[in-house]
Amino acid sequence: MDPELIKDCVHCGFCLPTCPTYVLWGEEMDSPRGRIQLMDQHVQGVPVTDVMAGHLDACLGCMACVTACPSGVQYDRLIEQARAVVEEEHVRTPQERAIRGMVFALFPYRRRLRAMRLPMALSRRMRPFLDRVNPSLGAMAELAPPPATPVRLPPLVRARGPRRATVGLLTGCVQGEFFPQVNAATVRVLALEGCDVVIPPRQGCCGALSLHSGRDAEARKFAKRTIAAFERARVGTVVVNAAGCGSSMKDYAEVLKDEPGWAKRAAALRVRDLSEFLVELGPAAERHPLPVSVAYHDACHLAHAQGVRSQPRELLAAIPGLDLREIAESAICCGSAGTYNLFQPEAARELGDRKAERVLATGAELLVSANPGCTMQIAAAARRMQIAAGSRRAGKGEIRVAHTAEVLDASLRGRPPGSLGQVAGSGR
Amino acid sequence: MSTLQRLTERLSEILDQDSVITDPVRLRTYDCDGLTYHRATPGVVVLPDSAEQIAAVVRLCDEYGVPFVARGSGTGLSGGALPRTDGVLIVTSRMRRILEIDIPNRRAVVEPGVTNLAITEAVRDQGYYYAPDPSSQQICSIGGNVAENSGGAHCLKYGFTVNHVLEIELVTPDGEIVCLSEHDPGYDLLGAFIGSEGTLGIATKVTVRLSRTPETVTTVLAAFDDIEGGGRAVSAIIGAGIVPAAIEMMDALAIEAAEAAVSCGYPEGAGAVLVVELDGPHAEVDHQFAEVDRICREAGAFEIRVAASAEERAAIWRGRKSAFAAVGRISPAYIVQDGVVPRTSLPEVLAGIDRLQEEFGIRVANVFHAGDGNLHPLVLFDDAVPGQGEQAEAVSGRILDLCIEHGGSITGEHGVGVDKSRYMSRMFSEEDLDTMQLVRCAFDPKGLSNPGKVFPTPRLCGEVPGVRKGVHPLVESGLAEQF
Repeated sequence: MDPELIKDCVHCGFCLPTCPTYVLWGEEMDSPRGRIQLMDQHVQGVPVTDVMAGHLDACLGCMACVTACPSGVQYDRLIEQARAVVEEEHVRTPQERAIRGMVFALFPYRRRLRAMRLPMALSRRMRPFLDRVNPSLGAMAELAPPPATPVRLPPLVRARGPRRATVGLLTGCVQGEFFPQVNAATVRVLALEGCDVVIPPRQGCCGALSLHSGRDAEARKFAKRTIAAFERARVGTVVVNAAGCGSSMKDYAEVLKDEPGWAKRAAALRVRDLSEFLVELGPAAERHPLPVSVAYHDACHLAHAQGVRSQPRELLAAIPGLDLREIAESAICCGSAGTYNLFQPEAARELGDRKAERVLATGAELLVSANPGCTMQIAAAARRMQIAAGSRRAGKGEIRVAHTAEVLDASLRGRPPGSLGQVAGSGR
Repeated sequence: MSTLQRLTERLSEILDQDSVITDPVRLRTYDCDGLTYHRATPGVVVLPDSAEQIAAVVRLCDEYGVPFVARGSGTGLSGGALPRTDGVLIVTSRMRRILEIDIPNRRAVVEPGVTNLAITEAVRDQGYYYAPDPSSQQICSIGGNVAENSGGAHCLKYGFTVNHVLEIELVTPDGEIVCLSEHDPGYDLLGAFIGSEGTLGIATKVTVRLSRTPETVTTVLAAFDDIEGGGRAVSAIIGAGIVPAAIEMMDALAIEAAEAAVSCGYPEGAGAVLVVELDGPHAEVDHQFAEVDRICREAGAFEIRVAASAEERAAIWRGRKSAFAAVGRISPAYIVQDGVVPRTSLPEVLAGIDRLQEEFGIRVANVFHAGDGNLHPLVLFDDAVPGQGEQAEAVSGRILDLCIEHGGSITGEHGVGVDKSRYMSRMFSEEDLDTMQLVRCAFDPKGLSNPGKVFPTPRLCGEVPGVRKGVHPLVESGLAEQF
């Protein structure tokens, strides 16, 4: 961990109210400035103890503190470095190792994910059993969305009407496997807005999960492969519709900074979140009315890590008839945070409940977010709340979920709002 | 086994395992508050959930003669919550429930760990707010506000915490739960407790006054070539009989820092900016605004902006409120000073600070609540350069001397804490300090409640923990009576 980055923290505490774990537990060592203090202790020679690793692991990496910090502390860099140190120096329990091993051998690989679809669907019924074996397995079973109909995207989709841009599309692992309809909608929206969309068929994982979990070498490997895939596709701009992936791809130059050749290639790649790209491009296609109330959820890796807050709101608000509602405490993470809800299921569940409560309080019909992890997490929490409230009371705890791209797609194609989203409450 | 260890073992009778911190790695995260210059790893940290738990912990401390320190969010800037290595740190960050909101009587009852801003957020929809607004309001706790008698930009018009607290339930240093109310006949003990910096006990429940959100708020940003122009405008505004909600001034260096941190977009080339906020009924604010506008132009303002919306107002304030932490962007380390001077002495004191900068080769950024002469010079230094920290300390101390020379005070709102206790004797005579100690002794005869703070040297019944042996000299000479 870079002592210079640690020194930037002046201990003012402005980060505390935005930190999900501080909000939950009210403890200094589970706050950003407390964790920076832990890092400082390590730099000064204190070894990584179980306690220290535990508090660093408990950080969601939501980066709300980065937004809140008036001193410009680069906590994002710091926690990535700290996680790498923990991975290297800390010996985890065999159970922890097994679960982590499984997650990192599964999620970044689409084919393996595809193979897991049926077992995951079955695992829902086995949840109580899995929960007893290991809470992480239970969480996984609870979060897994129902198997989706696979969508095969062609390698190139031509712009409708005059071409205004050519872009590449990152299809993502979880997004691609569990939410293929989001990628399909993204491609349609881009095409309708006048973009040629290139979808490199053999793109792998972008490395976000590895990067955000301190698995440095693995992250670099995935980063290089992704860069190479888009170079081959000859696109200057890559559009990403999953917040976590976009944020890690924007960090490629930093991730690969020790390999100047790759860092340069990384810097040449222009990465944009879908909403960011569409706002920069400006609207061309006609927006048809979409009478639906929408609660927009800020994915941390979009709002905090990429600073993209106004663009998705601007796009949604521009749809005639759409009623956009704000969620209270929007800056606080929903608890999904990449792999967090798998490795820290209890804290994640508390945060998920907190978020679902505030989402439902908006009374909106549709929850919109730009990250598959958030969608699964909040949907699962809403489902829990519905079960707790007794599912007989129809309407209570029922909210449909969709991605920004799907909402835009429905408006651009003049589809009814009823066509949008899965019902989180029913979930099968 | 040390006394502290014996006490720690008994804490499990009061608190569950999660609420007692003894692991050294964890303890070190509590080694300082917002003032990082002073650090001490606490002997043990407790995170109680109720007044009863606090009282029980304090009774244990009393029984074993172990000192204790209360801490809220740990944002204080005078080291008031600096822990004791041989003591217990009682942290109220889990006591953050708003217990009651009573709009008809304009009051709210909150636990000490509730943040200042959380109160306003809870009542904003109903047209009310909690008036004191320290710059750290989104995180600083009400318990800490009470201990430090915190102010904020708007205390020019609305007063400090003491003007907005109606009742306090507290745990006395011998572990009794008592209630102090503004309606209590006799001595104003509530007034004595507020601002006592944790030396008279720990607040466990605070009843605050809610104020009506003003009908109109107008925020004006005036840019001047130099700080003198701004100073002239401040004096003229107050001289004209206008009491703005706030008048804040920042000098060029502070502006530079704020721009770097939050891109607040203040007018380019400004040597000083003045933020003037007027609030109240439309007619009054309109009239006052015309006056302020005229006065600022006469004093040499080259640009005057008026916030047209809540967003624009927030943008103006963002620069000011983030200024302290923002200085981290232009300097590796800095000391936040807090002093008061009579408004009319502002130009002389600022000229004095300029001379100090030249003499020591140390940069000072100035941020002030100009309306009431409360200065916050930020003394910048590089802690990697040997000796510069000491130089900065010296400049910081000399600034306080300047304040005292001009009839001011060594603290406006950050408190004395551990940081300024050594300056107390520059302001007060021995007799003054002895008298203050008598008040202290009345509440805390064993000197266990936040010892080592406020007072310059261990003396009288105060600062050395443990039961005193023999008769107190003041008692012996007949000057005081032991309670």
